[in-house]
Amino acid sequence: MSLTADEVKKIAYLARISIQEENIEQYSQDLSSIFGLVEQMNAAATDDIEPMAHPQHAMQRLRDDVVTETTDIEHREKLMSNAPARQDGLFLVPKVLD
Amino acid sequence: MINKSLKELKEGLASGEFSSVELTRFFLERIKQFNDDLNAFISVTEEQALAMAKAADQQIAAGNAGKLTGIPMAHKDLFCTDGVLTTCGSRMLENFIAPYDATVVEKLNAAGMPMLGKTNMDEFAMGSSNENSYFGAVKNPWDLERVPGGSSGGSAAAVAARLTPVATGTDTGGSIRQPASFSGVTGIKPTYGRVSRYGMVAYASSLDQGGAFGASAEDCALLLEAMSGFDERDSTSVDVAVPDFSAHLNEPLQGLRIGLPKEYFEEGLDSGVAAVIETALQQYKKLGAEIIDISLPNTHLAIPAYYVVAPAEASSNLSRFDGVRYGYRCEDPKDLTDMYMRSRGEGFGAEVKRRIMTGTYALSAGYYDAYYLKAQKIRRLISDDFKQAFKQVDVIMGPVAPETAFKIGEKSDDPISMYLSDIYTIALNLAGLPGMSVPAGTSNNMPVGLQIIGNYFEEAKMLNLAHQYQQATDWHRQTPASFSGEQ
Repeated sequence: MSLTADEVKKIAYLARISIQEENIEQYSQDLSSIFGLVEQMNAAATDDIEPMAHPQHAMQRLRDDVVTETTDIEHREKLMSNAPARQDGLFLVPKVLD
Repeated sequence: MINKSLKELKEGLASGEFSSVELTRFFLERIKQFNDDLNAFISVTEEQALAMAKAADQQIAAGNAGKLTGIPMAHKDLFCTDGVLTTCGSRMLENFIAPYDATVVEKLNAAGMPMLGKTNMDEFAMGSSNENSYFGAVKNPWDLERVPGGSSGGSAAAVAARLTPVATGTDTGGSIRQPASFSGVTGIKPTYGRVSRYGMVAYASSLDQGGAFGASAEDCALLLEAMSGFDERDSTSVDVAVPDFSAHLNEPLQGLRIGLPKEYFEEGLDSGVAAVIETALQQYKKLGAEIIDISLPNTHLAIPAYYVVAPAEASSNLSRFDGVRYGYRCEDPKDLTDMYMRSRGEGFGAEVKRRIMTGTYALSAGYYDAYYLKAQKIRRLISDDFKQAFKQVDVIMGPVAPETAFKIGEKSDDPISMYLSDIYTIALNLAGLPGMSVPAGTSNNMPVGLQIIGNYFEEAKMLNLAHQYQQATDWHRQTPASFSGEQ
């Protein structure tokens, strides 16, 4: 398969990754060759095969619906200390509404 | 000192021959001396290491020492370490100070092991050469012009050069076994679900599994046991008892059936590597094992299926890096979308972007059946191959990688040729099986690892097989000449 420049731009937007105009050709080549590899799967007949999502075939474990962690301002501050921008216990982002 | 086993280190600590503080200082000095050559560590945590060593010495003096108390170690830099930089090899997390400990970190802290530092790795564990680190490539201690393997290349190189006695790693498609093979150390990836993923930065959650690097199987058994166990904070952690991995090391191999998959010896396998594996199998015959030819007919589908499953899960997992709560944020974003796109475009490296975009496309509207569902079906075929094989044999053996460590830069411009170097390791992750790499010789003066594949939860048997081999051979004792000298 061969991905066009427009398809690469669309994928990049869906992934929310900015890419430079001059790199689009390279991405197109790289992704096309990855999907070329991936499409070797088509040689296998899999009509009656049950898909496998997880090695141990386990069901999602459930726990009781009770509070297991409590937090205070000190803990909150620690958890937020890696935020690029914050104020008064809030994460700051660019203006969303005009 | 550098060639002492963990058991010997424990004896030295117990008898007072050296203290944990002295032992920890010794390895910190080696890191200072050699890390510039190797780039194996991203962070060295000297202060914490010495504080933990001091506490370990008090525990030893009080007669409360466990099997590993006072023995220093290093963590791959994707295990969250409370209050310590945790970069995952990425610009995205260049300044990320983890606010909590991973379960594995908690366990090894509780075992009394001083942490020397955090080891270098391919960004977000995506890579087979350790060239994808934002912090620069790691060098192979056996030849500084070559790669140590990846993605846990820093841990493998650090153990190979004896900058630490043991180290943790993670393996999503071969990231413990392949660097162990390339760097001439012992490495084990246990059964999926054996080691908690809590606090491990996620790459592909249905494949990721933590494991251990050491000089020998005996050392790996001790470290892996301390890392293993059910954890309710990891929803795919498996609630099975952890056996004493060291208890079975000395069992004889008489009558053991070893399967040789013919697909692992076909075109593409370097003849020097093949010769080493053949010699190792002869050794196992001498030890009483029986060699049985088997087939894993869907082996050729493992890499194609992996490059759907892993990127798809990565595209979902790495969506958390949005420039809001933690991680890199671009300068002067003009709006929310601009902030997401430039933060991720600037914060992620080329390989990570390729894989996120691959996964995004595979999961996008209209393609799910053709890619993700198809890959999950192939995953079943691959898993069934192993199930069939384990009806005939106790373990499976073969090469870890088709060749020895390649030169830095040799494959970095060609992602596909890099992907193909994981041909013998990836299928195990898709099936969730345990695997290990054991030093078995050299080809062109570079180490070659023998892969041992076990059935689910049979790590003790694999370690037993590796240990018996290491009692009869000394490949695992060999160290790279430039780093062998005692101070």
